[in-house]
Amino acid sequence: MAIKVFVPRDATACALGADTVAESILQGAAGRGIDIELVRNGSRGAFWLEPMVEVETDAGRLAFGPVTIADIASLFESGFPGESDHALSLGPVNGIDWLASQQRLTFLRAGWTDPLSIGDYRSMDGCKGLERALAMEPQEIIDEVMESGLRGRGGAAFPTGIKWQTVLDAPADQKYIVCNADEGDSGTFADRLLMEADPYQLIEGMTIAGLAVGATEGYIYLRSEYPHARAVLQEAIKRAGREQWLGDDILGSGRSFNLHMRIGAGAYICGEETALLDSLEGKRGMIRFKPPLPAIKGLLGQPTVVNNVLSLGAISTILAEGAAYYRDFGTGRSRGTLTVQLAGNIRRGGLVEVPFGASLRDLVEGYGGGTASGRPARAIQVGGPLGAYIPESQWDVTLNYGALTEIGAMLGHGGVVVFDDTVDMAQQARFAMEFCAVESCGKCTPCRVGSVRGVEVIDRVIANEDREANLKVLYDLCETMDKGSLCAMGGLTPMPVRSALRHFPGDFRK
Amino acid sequence: MNAAAVSVQEVVESIVESHRDSVGALLPVLHDIQDRLGYVPEESLPWVAGALNLSRAEVHGVMSFYHDFRNSAAGRHTIQICRAEACQSMGSRKLEQHAIERLGIGFGETTGDGMITLEAVYCLGNCACAPSLRIGDSLHARVDAAGFDRLLDSLEEQA
Repeated sequence: MAIKVFVPRDATACALGADTVAESILQGAAGRGIDIELVRNGSRGAFWLEPMVEVETDAGRLAFGPVTIADIASLFESGFPGESDHALSLGPVNGIDWLASQQRLTFLRAGWTDPLSIGDYRSMDGCKGLERALAMEPQEIIDEVMESGLRGRGGAAFPTGIKWQTVLDAPADQKYIVCNADEGDSGTFADRLLMEADPYQLIEGMTIAGLAVGATEGYIYLRSEYPHARAVLQEAIKRAGREQWLGDDILGSGRSFNLHMRIGAGAYICGEETALLDSLEGKRGMIRFKPPLPAIKGLLGQPTVVNNVLSLGAISTILAEGAAYYRDFGTGRSRGTLTVQLAGNIRRGGLVEVPFGASLRDLVEGYGGGTASGRPARAIQVGGPLGAYIPESQWDVTLNYGALTEIGAMLGHGGVVVFDDTVDMAQQARFAMEFCAVESCGKCTPCRVGSVRGVEVIDRVIANEDREANLKVLYDLCETMDKGSLCAMGGLTPMPVRSALRHFPGDFRK
Repeated sequence: MNAAAVSVQEVVESIVESHRDSVGALLPVLHDIQDRLGYVPEESLPWVAGALNLSRAEVHGVMSFYHDFRNSAAGRHTIQICRAEACQSMGSRKLEQHAIERLGIGFGETTGDGMITLEAVYCLGNCACAPSLRIGDSLHARVDAAGFDRLLDSLEEQA
């Protein structure tokens, strides 16, 4: 019987050579007369080990990584695809501590399955949540989501159950489910990983959302920078339709939910839900005034659930295992698991899913293993380009919504970007303003003009032109953007700037 | 179908027709035009506007809002270098500088021989293995100056 060999099809794995590694393994096996079945699985998110090749054995999956094409010949010589003492052998997948010590709920299937295999999805409890939801009243589904304590994972952390309740209670002939897959924050890739490794989980979550609020149409708004995710989702939607997980007769229930995909066009602001809705309607991605909330007047003026990929991904687990199961992970008002993406200058980067409660230091030093450069870490930006730069003195902060807010930071979408001691924090502050100037939708003045002025003022501070006066102007500008902007883009751009000023004042006075 | 024999107008009209009943058809239409023709020709805007019952100003407004859409042809290869924070932490500012010097063009420009268009991009979702760049739909990780030169050489060999 053919031996199953797994090489991830994930974008990062491919960026590190997974396609050529797969090709080379096929050739190597053919040349040696070894019968293998190559599976392009999803990544487990241990990107520091990619391309991570796995082999199915009686004793479970064995892993090798990071594998390059230069290693293929010696791998085969050492016994691959079987027991091997090759230098790249990582032993059983279940024994890799970096993965085994995590608590995978949303990313439970990632890496184990062929992302597009219906059978693989079913064999790991896929559709269990949907089947249960089909037997429930809409209110019962929403009660379950409320009880789970799930809060939106896009960044704003709004309770998902309350959002759904609002849409359920809004009378309308047509309602919509919109998945915000415009993951634009630097340092984040969890949405991409989920879509590429386990697309049916997102589809299932969206279908359950549709059943819960009475929406029969759904849209995934995916950023154009993710061509791999696009290809996987397009095929997954097609196959899910054939399985009646989507369409006009979901699993024979007579109920309908149709799913469409829309591709963004390189605008960061479209990750903001109201700009996203305008973009979905074929317009410029401009912010809308709130209220009315999208839950009342969203896509085409109809009640609309707009949820992040990870929020919708968590739904299938909550419905499959029950609210209590999910809620019992985590602490306080941060329930379930925390999905952190270790990125930037880090030795062991990738996706870490653990119960809420770990500190920033645990994650960056424990899982991350320090910097990639080997130099001391100096600043960590948490929560994307609008998040704060956190100095070493605060790395013991617990990563949850409340604790980060207390130190003037935010969790956002869970991106953690590490910088070593070569970083110039005045340049990072300048970049925050520059990015805002490039990506502002232009609707409100504090954001549109403030960001441009921000770059100019920081340049003057760096050049030591009337420094004290210009620093005062900068603080004042931050205040205006914070208080006067229409959305989080202009409103939060001051966060990285102020944190750099507060914690790294010396960098502005060189 | 022989692409050369089909006029821009016919291409645009068939694309608009295929999206006529879609919600928010304008973005998918502009994407399809760019996929087919490599850019969105100025002359196509009135046809798109007419077919979707929009004003020409609305179409222009949408087209110019999004970074992805271009109104003139790009080079044979488009290289997007990520300029965002995770890549900065791994030396992307140096990579940018190297690319600009090696190619002799800035962001948004195309080399004189029409080979390479250089673009800035803000995050490719490859942040654990930075710096990142994208050539067409292929993503590259941990790219330093030497890695950039190797990629460029392989593009030149293909030509």
